[in-house]
Amino acid sequence: MTSRVYQTEAIIIKRHKFGEADRLITLFTSDFGKVRAIAKGAMRPKSKLGGNVELLSYSQLMLARGRNLDIITQAQAIDNFLPIRDSLELMSAGFYLTELVDAFTEENVEDRELFSLFLNTLKEMAGSSDMERALRYFELRLLSHMGYRPQLQKCANCSRQLEPEANYYSPHQGGALCRECGYPDMSARTISVNALKVLRLWLKCDYATACRVKLTADLSREIKNLMRENIRYLLEKQLKSIEWMDRLNSEQKNHA
Amino acid sequence: MNSYFLPAAKPISRLIEELHKLPGIGPKTAQRLAYHLLQAPPEKSRDLADAILGIKENLRLCSVCLNITDSDPCGICSDETRDGMKICVVEEPIDIMPLERTRKFRGLYHVLHGVISPSDGIKPEDLRIKELLDRLGSNSVTEVILATNPNVEGEATSMYIQRLITPLGIRVTRLARGLPFGGDLEYADDVTLSRALEGRQEM
Repeated sequence: MTSRVYQTEAIIIKRHKFGEADRLITLFTSDFGKVRAIAKGAMRPKSKLGGNVELLSYSQLMLARGRNLDIITQAQAIDNFLPIRDSLELMSAGFYLTELVDAFTEENVEDRELFSLFLNTLKEMAGSSDMERALRYFELRLLSHMGYRPQLQKCANCSRQLEPEANYYSPHQGGALCRECGYPDMSARTISVNALKVLRLWLKCDYATACRVKLTADLSREIKNLMRENIRYLLEKQLKSIEWMDRLNSEQKNHA
Repeated sequence: MNSYFLPAAKPISRLIEELHKLPGIGPKTAQRLAYHLLQAPPEKSRDLADAILGIKENLRLCSVCLNITDSDPCGICSDETRDGMKICVVEEPIDIMPLERTRKFRGLYHVLHGVISPSDGIKPEDLRIKELLDRLGSNSVTEVILATNPNVEGEATSMYIQRLITPLGIRVTRLARGLPFGGDLEYADDVTLSRALEGRQEM
């Protein structure tokens, strides 16, 4: 890449104030992976960048190479996911997704597959798809794609075929454990037959197929906790936006 | 001390360095300001120094609206000609100034001192939302105008507050989001244009 100016599509995953009216933007681009760039004057009301480099915008960008950070020279939104922005719940999930992508990626590593997974998830969420399901599918596929695909066919410890019964799941061992291995493992939690089946299917099917699986509230919660624990184990921290998501969720329930 | 400023005498380079820390002041501007102050009469420097110290010594938060003030309640809250039935909610004290300049709003304010920002871990209880709800409980407020910034955190904060206030039966409005005066349709982003279309008005 010798050209001083380049174009790419990107989803904005993070932004910080930078100086008086500039923003330091973290982009997840289709062509170059995660890139950090400056959007000059993006905080001024008349900025032509402003709304096109807002969090979660999916934009066509033109960037100029700088000495340290590249500079966004033009931005045209392709999709702003208005339905996500209009809903407090969806936006909180959006915050979570951006934090997740940011935490799992390194700068300047091209990753088109993750880009399209990310983009599709946002589209599904904007298009009235079940938000929790879209998040779970994203989490599982993200883990799998980043090299943390959980072992769900055999016991991750002794490689024995798993019996169709309640087994165990351990992020530390990288997947499901049979009863003998899982019971003494303090870090393992139980996983139901149904949860195991759903995860196995989701690992190999597209989202449209994933939507055909019926999830009860209990099953949905089980998968959510499994994924969450796994991600937390891998990142060695709890993502900040999770607290906010949970809080909205519980307040909403109390209200209803 | 930063070697960058060394050629000047020590007191001058110290001043340059301090000025340089201010937002929007680059090294050149800092130098120019420092040499300007050097040539100005002593009382001018003293006035400036006093003014700078004054903001630290005499200011506190208004007990009603939480704006920064030197008298409590602040000038706006104690102004009896203002309409106490309308409260305009802003993120920071600095946001009151542009709203006041419009002279269109004669109600009172409420300063949140921040916005909800899940990715920075800033939660509703880190803001002054409780104080706002207390005000609404005790006064005859009929309308709350949410004037947080039109970005994702501002929107999230507004939606969250709206959710808390609506059950109280008080009218909640949001500043319109549309095109900036002197702007250009060509450069408007899609969100702004969509909102501008939604909020279009009879002429």
